[in-house]
Amino acid sequence: MKLATKFAAGAGFALFAALPAWAQEAAAPAAPFTPTAEMVNKGDVAWMLVASAFVLMMSVPALALFYGGLVRTKNMLSVLMQVLTIVCVAALVWFSWGYSMAFTSTGSPFPSLFGGLDKMFLKGVDPTTLAATFSNSVYLPEYIFVIFQMTFACITPALIVGAFAERVKFTPLIIFTVLWLTFAYFPLAHMVWYWPGPDFLHTAPTDTGLLWGWGALDFAGGTVVHINAGVAGLVGCLVIGKRIGYQTEPMPPHSLVMTMIGASLLWIGWFGFNAGSGLEANAFGALAFINTLTATAAAGAAWAIIEQIVHKKPSLLGAASGVVAGLVAITPAAGFAHPGTAILLGAVASLVCFFFVSTVKNKLKYDDTLDVFGIHAVGGIIGAIGTGIVADPALGGQGWIDYTAPVAKAGEYVMGTQVITQLWAVGVTVLWTGTVSAILFLGLKYTIGLRPSAEVEVEGLDINEHGERAYNY
Amino acid sequence: MKLIIAIIKPFKLDEVREALTGVGVTGMTVSEVKGFGRQKGQTEIYRGAEYSTNMVPKIKIEVACGSDVADRVVEAIQAAASTGAIGDGKIFVLDVGQAVRIRTGETNETAL
Repeated sequence: MKLATKFAAGAGFALFAALPAWAQEAAAPAAPFTPTAEMVNKGDVAWMLVASAFVLMMSVPALALFYGGLVRTKNMLSVLMQVLTIVCVAALVWFSWGYSMAFTSTGSPFPSLFGGLDKMFLKGVDPTTLAATFSNSVYLPEYIFVIFQMTFACITPALIVGAFAERVKFTPLIIFTVLWLTFAYFPLAHMVWYWPGPDFLHTAPTDTGLLWGWGALDFAGGTVVHINAGVAGLVGCLVIGKRIGYQTEPMPPHSLVMTMIGASLLWIGWFGFNAGSGLEANAFGALAFINTLTATAAAGAAWAIIEQIVHKKPSLLGAASGVVAGLVAITPAAGFAHPGTAILLGAVASLVCFFFVSTVKNKLKYDDTLDVFGIHAVGGIIGAIGTGIVADPALGGQGWIDYTAPVAKAGEYVMGTQVITQLWAVGVTVLWTGTVSAILFLGLKYTIGLRPSAEVEVEGLDINEHGERAYNY
Repeated sequence: MKLIIAIIKPFKLDEVREALTGVGVTGMTVSEVKGFGRQKGQTEIYRGAEYSTNMVPKIKIEVACGSDVADRVVEAIQAAASTGAIGDGKIFVLDVGQAVRIRTGETNETAL
């Protein structure tokens, strides 16, 4: 039972890393490895179940309330409904073919780009099957890995809707979600996170996703989740166009209190997202946890400080935006950085996101309603590139682990090489999701249409798309 | 008889009420209102986007009084409500044709 699923983090082993493994193989061919139920630790199981529920909390309620508070009263309900429905649909798609496409390699004509369909509808997955973690001989019940990754697949397409909130038809959006998951999310998740697990890698060193094989580091989804969703959001808002009245009439958020509730729940849920991505209840989970706390604190404070300097007033929305920017930026680096460099990474990401949100967006006049590109894509790119820097053991980082040895060990870290690898990963992600998203959005725009009529848009999506109002006073 | 309508800053209400009691005013009507004058409302900034046409919260006081005391009432409001900063508000004085106390049917100045 080669449960070759696994994901993220620990490692970037570049192609050169495979060479010593082959040398060892020639010397002493490894016996076939079979994980057993005794390799499952109840502590890991308990933590990962909790972490998975935390990640679900990030979409509903957190993201729904965060986004909902930022739109106008007449569109509040539409945003809640979009996020809720996308979570439901994505969970079903993940069960149906997503898990198989992301975390298998057999049956695929291009095994480094996307997986096969042999685990569709979770065929062959049952309480006895196991999924690898990042440690030799440490396994999780496969259902837990399926669940944890399912919650990631649920929140990522939900992030996108913020870019064109207040002006999109519901049905085409849901169709987009299914197609985008299939052609953008699952392939990227496979490219970044698929590998067989440390016990299998030395016998099959090339059985990995493309970016994992290049040695790209992405602990919890900077590329797969945030750059992926942020770029798709930008493409969507460009294809759909600006809201009627954008930059000519006031469109202030209707409830910053709700936005605060959402942002703070996001922060809590993010501990499941990041500290769960080590897949084990161990020191690296704790490292990801403290980095998620320190980087985010620095980013929230940095945004407030820059607003105090530029606008003379530190705003709540600013601080909350900084918090989200920090969470995004630390995501790929959570298990690699030292808490001190995490602080720097969070603060830098916050300042760059502030610049994009307050200056670049207004200069270029694109209507990224809730700043999905400005915070998720920009913060994700800063984080992904920054991961190459903060992971350096010379700066207190964790480096990368050479899993191709039968017992994993630290690999030699060259910061410049790693940063270039990170840039390649960012480039592939931007190109892949940009292309797929553009094809899907344009296809829907010129077939069933993406945008409601001007009358509907002005009156609001709540009553016209859903027949309800968020508030009946 | 005059009707004096004053738009003032909310935190000045207590001082204005005391001042009016001091010049013999026995009743007034107070409402919470919103509006803007030369101040053009307040500027709000959400993630770098400025919104500057918002209304500012104010208090509206309506006082009916005899024509002989109207000047003193206006002076009292002006003195009590002034801070010297922009947005202190305005006072309007209107002529009143008739006043009736509903309970007794008294009219005009005896009804005030």
